[in-house]
Amino acid sequence: MKSAFERLYNGIIKENPTFVLMLGMCPTLAVTTSAFNGLGMGLSTMVVLALSNLLISALRKVIPDKVRIPAYIVIVASLVTVVGLLMEAYLPGMYASLGIYIDLIVVNCIILGRAESFASKNKMWPSLFDGIGMGLGFTLALTLIGMVREFFGSASIFGLTGPKVYGTTVPILLVELVNKVFNPASSSGVVRGLNEFFAGEFGSFSPIGILVMAPGAFFVLAILTAIQNAIKAAGEAKGKDMSKIQSGCSSDCLHCAESGCAKRLVEPEKVTKKADDETTKVVESKETENNGKGEE
Amino acid sequence: MKDMMQVSSNPHVRSRVTTSMIMYSVVFALLPATIFGIFQFGWYAALIVAVTTGTAVLTEHLFCLIQKKPSTVKDGSAIVTGLLLGLNLPPHIPVWIAIFGSVFAIVVVKLLFGGLGQNFMNPALGARCFLVISFAKYMTNFDCDAFTGPTPLALIKDGQPVNVFNMVLGRTGGTIGETSVIAIVLGACFLIWLGVIDLRIPGTYILTFAIFVVIFGNNGLVPYLTGSSSSFFNLTYLCSQLAGGGLMLGAFFMATDYTTRPITRKGQYIYGILLGILTGLFRVYGPSAEGVSYAIILGNLVVPLIEKFTMPKAFGKGGERR
Repeated sequence: MKSAFERLYNGIIKENPTFVLMLGMCPTLAVTTSAFNGLGMGLSTMVVLALSNLLISALRKVIPDKVRIPAYIVIVASLVTVVGLLMEAYLPGMYASLGIYIDLIVVNCIILGRAESFASKNKMWPSLFDGIGMGLGFTLALTLIGMVREFFGSASIFGLTGPKVYGTTVPILLVELVNKVFNPASSSGVVRGLNEFFAGEFGSFSPIGILVMAPGAFFVLAILTAIQNAIKAAGEAKGKDMSKIQSGCSSDCLHCAESGCAKRLVEPEKVTKKADDETTKVVESKETENNGKGEE
Repeated sequence: MKDMMQVSSNPHVRSRVTTSMIMYSVVFALLPATIFGIFQFGWYAALIVAVTTGTAVLTEHLFCLIQKKPSTVKDGSAIVTGLLLGLNLPPHIPVWIAIFGSVFAIVVVKLLFGGLGQNFMNPALGARCFLVISFAKYMTNFDCDAFTGPTPLALIKDGQPVNVFNMVLGRTGGTIGETSVIAIVLGACFLIWLGVIDLRIPGTYILTFAIFVVIFGNNGLVPYLTGSSSSFFNLTYLCSQLAGGGLMLGAFFMATDYTTRPITRKGQYIYGILLGILTGLFRVYGPSAEGVSYAIILGNLVVPLIEKFTMPKAFGKGGERR
């Protein structure tokens, strides 16, 4: 049981897939136009993730190593189909608003990532909770991002519409405050002008429409990455190990694992050496195979 | 003899023209359009222009303070950005939108990408498009005391008659600084005389746009050939398309922005042609009547590509090998 809680904590906080690992950015950016969409996407991903982790962990000794990725995808795709059909039947509104992104859970890198790095190496019980924890972390992140975008972009939270949030109440209060300060019945033209001006200003508050559109997603991602980099820099200044926190780029090409990066300035010796070794190994193994065939 | 032995690294020839001189000359060149806008739309327009300019300068200064870097306000680029943004806003926009746009232009489009000379699109136009998408209700409402109803461009799009003389003079609705062709061209002539800008980009831009309109616009060749128009050339339509909207302001003051235009001459011609075609496409086939700002920021985005293909070859390179 202790390991289960540890897994949940790990998924939600310590290795949060969105905020820390920066995985699954496609659904994160695409569906978080509202808090409900984020919640729905997160929960459906969580169900798939938990069950796929469970199944993959159960089958980890059966699946041959060479075809593990196709095997995982078959498992994940079946689960996604089940979730998609259930959603279409019981939550048609949510299904319509999430659209293609439900089917795209199949190729969500969080799911394949957890299958590869955790479920295929661990027992069923921790794998299940790893899936739930990661899924909850993902849900939390998507709901938070969705809430922010919904609040600023369409002046509502969880579908509670504008006026109740900030559409009119706050402006009305401000307008009345201004009216009190600058007496609207005053005979002075300047005072009345000021009153009209401020009432017009505060009355015209409206949400920033761009935030619920595609560019808004990139603004949010950029801010998120900036916050991560700030946390990382602050942590490193204190001497903590921050290697777990991923980010856009730390400009540290020497220790960067992304060998295909276009901006790469330095080719780390270690990696190339290792790669060379691997290629020679492959060549050798091929040669031995050929030899074997020849003998046959 | 002693003087001749000095060794220094290049550049050896220095121009006395500085960034701030160029920026202030642009500000000066924008003054006719600004004054005309204020004269036409009243004190509120003056307030908007002052607020965008002031906010831009203040934002840049504060951002530099936060970054603990020397303030870059003195080069005057923030003033140009703020002023251009102000001229690109409708005369009766709420002040908070103007402030918001100014902060967006300076922080997001300019300073986050590295400041002056590093921004990938024109900050004023980037902010304008951001505001148009975000606050469409306020950004497309050009009603004011002097003029109500749709802008001339919207009228043309509906096929209604417009007064071209008033459009050239500037006595029409529109954003604060775009209405008067005469005032804008006056400022542009000053810049051309100073050598700050040249006619390469504005010339090709306006010419390409005119050709596009003659061929594809209402009363153009294509509608004539397909039978949807009775005449194949309409001078009034062409002139009103040229004088209407932000074409002149965009062509002379924003397409020629040093940072976001191609450096190479060939590239500048390509850029101008591209802008002309894009503007024509947006105006003739797009849903909205105006397309200059989108055309220019889209053009800005392909500038690196244009420069890549028009890069001149260094001496001794690129010839045939023997």
